[in-house]
Amino acid sequence: MQILNFTDKGIYCIPGKFYIDPWKPVDYALITHGHADHARWGMKKYLCHHLTVPILHIRIGADIQVQGIGYNEPININGVKVSFHPAGHIIGSAQIRMEYKGKVVVVSGDYKLQNDGLSTVFEPVKCHEFVTESTFGLPIYKWASTEKLNESMQNWVLHNQEIGKTSVFVGYSLGKAQRILNAVSSIAPIYTHYSITKLNQAYENAGIQLPHYESLDFRESVQHVNKGIVIVPPSLVDTNVLKKIPNMVYAICSGWMQVRGARRWRSADAGFAVSDHADWDDLLKAVKETNAEKVYVTHGQTAVFAKYLNENGIEGVELHTAFGNDEEDESTPESL
Amino acid sequence: MKAFSQLINSLDSTNKNLQKIAAIELFINTASNEDKLWFLSLFTGKRPKRSVTTKLLKQWVLEETRLPEWLFAESYAAVGDLGETIALLLPDNEHPSEKSLSEWMNEILALKDKSEEEKRTYVVNSWKALNTTERFIFNKLLGGSFRLGVSAKTVINAFAKHFDLEAATVTHSIMGDWDRKEVDFEGLIKGNYTEINKSKPYPFCLAYALDKDLIDLGSIDDWQIEYKWDGIRAQVIKREGEFFIWSRGEELITAQFPEIEKALIDFPDDFVIDGELLVVKNNEVYNFSELQKRLNRKNLPKKMLEELPVSLYIYDVLEWKSEDIRTKPLSYRRSILEDQFNIDTNQSLHLSPVIKEIDWIKLPEIRSNARLINSEGLMLKNVTSPYHTGRKRGDWWKWKTDPLTIDAVLIYAQKGSGRRSGYYTDYTFAVKSGDALVSIAKAYSGLTDKEIQEVSKFVNKNAIEKFGPVRTVKPELVFEIAFEGIGYSSRHKSGVALRFPRILRWRKDKTVADIDTIDEVKKLIT
Repeated sequence: MQILNFTDKGIYCIPGKFYIDPWKPVDYALITHGHADHARWGMKKYLCHHLTVPILHIRIGADIQVQGIGYNEPININGVKVSFHPAGHIIGSAQIRMEYKGKVVVVSGDYKLQNDGLSTVFEPVKCHEFVTESTFGLPIYKWASTEKLNESMQNWVLHNQEIGKTSVFVGYSLGKAQRILNAVSSIAPIYTHYSITKLNQAYENAGIQLPHYESLDFRESVQHVNKGIVIVPPSLVDTNVLKKIPNMVYAICSGWMQVRGARRWRSADAGFAVSDHADWDDLLKAVKETNAEKVYVTHGQTAVFAKYLNENGIEGVELHTAFGNDEEDESTPESL
Repeated sequence: MKAFSQLINSLDSTNKNLQKIAAIELFINTASNEDKLWFLSLFTGKRPKRSVTTKLLKQWVLEETRLPEWLFAESYAAVGDLGETIALLLPDNEHPSEKSLSEWMNEILALKDKSEEEKRTYVVNSWKALNTTERFIFNKLLGGSFRLGVSAKTVINAFAKHFDLEAATVTHSIMGDWDRKEVDFEGLIKGNYTEINKSKPYPFCLAYALDKDLIDLGSIDDWQIEYKWDGIRAQVIKREGEFFIWSRGEELITAQFPEIEKALIDFPDDFVIDGELLVVKNNEVYNFSELQKRLNRKNLPKKMLEELPVSLYIYDVLEWKSEDIRTKPLSYRRSILEDQFNIDTNQSLHLSPVIKEIDWIKLPEIRSNARLINSEGLMLKNVTSPYHTGRKRGDWWKWKTDPLTIDAVLIYAQKGSGRRSGYYTDYTFAVKSGDALVSIAKAYSGLTDKEIQEVSKFVNKNAIEKFGPVRTVKPELVFEIAFEGIGYSSRHKSGVALRFPRILRWRKDKTVADIDTIDEVKKLIT
């Protein structure tokens, strides 16, 4: 009994007659989370977690037809029992569980096991078939704990203050920016680029408390941010906008920064391997905890991860999807 | 290793030279004499021989992590550096090491005489006792190679600034052989040991590429014009009965060129001269590919010495009868060469010929014909110029012949290492051979970062086959490849070898139908 079909429009649930994170316009789309490569424009109807609803409104449009749902609230769609479960990737991110005639399939979207202090913590869901990402599916990717990462980011800011520099963090505006905000709160005034502010407000409207920050309008003077902390989206790197910031040094926050060559390639002053994706050990842990017999591997190190699973007694199948491969590209294009 | 690891970290996390120099100064102020000497050795290329092979390191990390070999290979391809891959694959350790840099280096040097099992125990235990950054540094120390975020030049500038010296003085002071156990760091930098070392070469004087009109150089009579030869630039030293040949890469290559030593060992006076080693037969300079056959050989058969005789084309004299004459004008130095070294009878010595009785108008034609005599172009040297340390603008110009170019198609791509790891930066190109393609050159420079990203995207989408880290790609992207010379070669499938191939530009206007054929390429060989 096949529940999922992998089509050129996206992942399709055959009996449920809906798609998950489709990349072409369809009638009914279930959305795992609000990043642009998973939540796209043009669907007749959307279903996502409550906390993702305002994000879709901001990013796709206020007039879309979207319904919110909570975690662990099963509903019936054309005879398929569907429920959303925390994926720990960003606020509102969900794994989607489908049960039909005794068979359970879970599509996990993007996820991480680490507790980032903002998103609801990842919850393992038992299933027969599991669809997993593999963005960082190589054993060189091992994240430090959130506490350790926060500490090294704080130390960087303090050192910059000592030498009279302004600390600029680069992270995508939905999820990463808020994590950074949380990590470096209360050591210096924090300013966020307005595209990030917009999403901060969506978070706050959803009842999530964020540390104090001020919105920064780059069309006006930004001299007052000197020696403070500025958070900007990746699209601003290598633009003149960044150069307006006085005494600027900048750090890229992304899992790719684990590798020295990637840090140097981006010629940033610093790089922090802060990721909203699971690292190698956690990918394996997540897969094992589902007890799945068959694992579909999407975006990232698909070939590597599928091969490793096969060598370790789990059937791994490589899948080609249109989901983003680059942690830094996950947000929609943002500029001034 | 804390202080050293902190230094590496600081050097690594800034692109600004001033901050790098500040980090080095902090290290100089705090580190011990021996640690500073090690730092100097490692960063200026005087590194000890590798005592553990990379093969063993790989084997041990596989045993420790229990990862399959293919997964290690994939990881290595993503990181681009063996030492870093190993550092990342092993489990994290929080504790920094208390041992100093020299303690580590002495332990590593001692490995040389140990059994494989003893080496394994030492290396694996060290890995376990270090955190990720230190483990990376330790692996680099094991390998003896150390090029991290800072050039030898910046290191020398930092020392010069710290001790308030000229960078050139520091460069000379630390050149040649010195023994870490015998010298004091500050004394070494200040040149206190310069006299005791007979073999010590001077820094080479280098030229910039000509970037102005000939007419702006003033009168042609103020210029000494020579051919630019394409061999091995060398400094030949005779002091107190001893004889040395240094390459520009600061390697002693005396033993590789016995004919030069034979020709000069009985020379009556002491000297230091600068010249080019070339294969010369019947007064004719041969292609570099001939010289290449003589390089890096364990032994030199008599037959090879006869078939490929090497000669020194002398450019300059730096030291004459134990006197450093580098600050004297070129015209004076040349007159010494002509008086003393114009030894016609000796096939192994030639003065680099000076092109005389011409004017600026005729010079371009001489330059464009230079390739016919296996020269790379011309050198223009001001007759009043001193023998500078390193590259200085204005007195010496190199005016190379325009490079040869071909259009070729990208067929293989491999991910780069270091700064460019993660992107496909190493390319292999092919030209047509009948209906098939034959690889002609490997090149990994000449594209902008943006273009590299674009090519990488193409490779990701159009990879046909994987051979380890190498991707075979659909032959579609055409590039103009420039190179300095071309010769026949039995080692290459195409039958030709290109010298200094590089990407001149991406020919987005061309398709694979427009690329050159191997027969056209062979016509370029003189």
